[in-house]
Amino acid sequence: MKHLISPLDLSVSELTDILNLAEDIIRDPGKYSNCCHGKKLATLFYEPSTRTRLSFEAAMLNLGGSVLGFSSADSSSAAKGETVADTIRVISGYADICAIRHPKEGAPLVASMYSDIPVINAGDGGHNHPTQTLADLLTIKILKGRLDHLTIGLCGDLKFGRTVHSLINAMVRYPGISFALISPEELRIPTYLREGVLMKNEIPFREVRTLEEVLPDLDILYMTRVQKERFFNEEDYIRLKDTYILDSKKMALAGPDMLVLHPLPRVNEIACEVDSDPRAVYFKQARFAVYVRMALILTLLGLAPKQSESKPESEL
Amino acid sequence: MLNIGGLTEGVVLDHIKAGGSMAIYNYLHLEDLDCSVAIIKNARSNKMGKKDIIKIEGKNTLDLDMIAVLDPTITINIIEDGKIVEKRALRLPDTVTGIIRCKNPRCITSVEHQLPHTFRLADPQKGIYRCIYCEQAFKRQ
Repeated sequence: MKHLISPLDLSVSELTDILNLAEDIIRDPGKYSNCCHGKKLATLFYEPSTRTRLSFEAAMLNLGGSVLGFSSADSSSAAKGETVADTIRVISGYADICAIRHPKEGAPLVASMYSDIPVINAGDGGHNHPTQTLADLLTIKILKGRLDHLTIGLCGDLKFGRTVHSLINAMVRYPGISFALISPEELRIPTYLREGVLMKNEIPFREVRTLEEVLPDLDILYMTRVQKERFFNEEDYIRLKDTYILDSKKMALAGPDMLVLHPLPRVNEIACEVDSDPRAVYFKQARFAVYVRMALILTLLGLAPKQSESKPESEL
Repeated sequence: MLNIGGLTEGVVLDHIKAGGSMAIYNYLHLEDLDCSVAIIKNARSNKMGKKDIIKIEGKNTLDLDMIAVLDPTITINIIEDGKIVEKRALRLPDTVTGIIRCKNPRCITSVEHQLPHTFRLADPQKGIYRCIYCEQAFKRQ
């Protein structure tokens, strides 16, 4: 039984299969509308979420399955002190697959250690968010046409931004990738990523303080929100929250083909005037997330069609 | 060099970082042993300047490899009939459970206290261990 806890749980080849399957679902969603009939997805959300939970639920419903779960720790037995291990052992008897979001890092791994059903990490603290990464990769693959030879700018909260951590881990496996890491000093990427992933794999990267100095060079700009919930000290949050604001003036510095991605929710870091720029693809990215989660659910449940049945025609 | 009596049979933990012997003593629960245990602090060392040494008398079944997690510089001398019969360099174990604790307040182990604290050897060259749950590196004292 396979789980998805870290983006590295999927090999590049498995990742390619899931992205190809997602593209096939986009082409012909009707073909998959009944694949999960009789299957149940449990969404165990110990932390508030709009997009991730609803897109998981939409994904399962699109596949003909059903969903059950809770959307905050207060409405689960966690409020009574139940452990993640006990919860998942019980849920294993109610559902066929589960997606878990938890504010504490490593909670999905704990769930996978005690689970009888596949566990999907839907975000654990500031650690990992592998299904957001799948959505990011699908967006880049479809709109850029490739996942290699890209210069990717990551901007904002690179310290606690789990989507950033997962995306770096996933992208370093493709050739020709380089990064521009744009953050205030206090929110630089963790040492384990800088030294243990970027330097260890000899990935070119530079750390800068302003968007302007790298914008002309980027193929992808991945904006992130400074997350209030990750700070123990509100003063630090207030001081840092509006460090970067992408507006039309800054977009004028970027190339005509650069794409702006954002895991959402956006607060102030992207001005609304940017939404109408064709390079702003974050709402498309949110839509792609449903399709890639459909592909993931099918794969983890062992219901994915053989690749020859789902490959794009160009690859047959 | 200061000499606290020669051992006829036992183990000498040498090259402990100066000031680190009590942590090793506590980890190995040497207070529970009936035999003689000598702790030598701040002994002169050509290699390290200052070091600590622990001498434990008699045969024992201590799991000594695990102390490499706390201090990878330690060397172990096995003594029999008053002579060193084996000089053993410690091998860093791939995973360790229940020896060191994750101090990341965002880690699941900070709220679920029944979970075993398990670390994986992430960088054998630098001896860096990371928590399997949150990937926080263990910082030695």
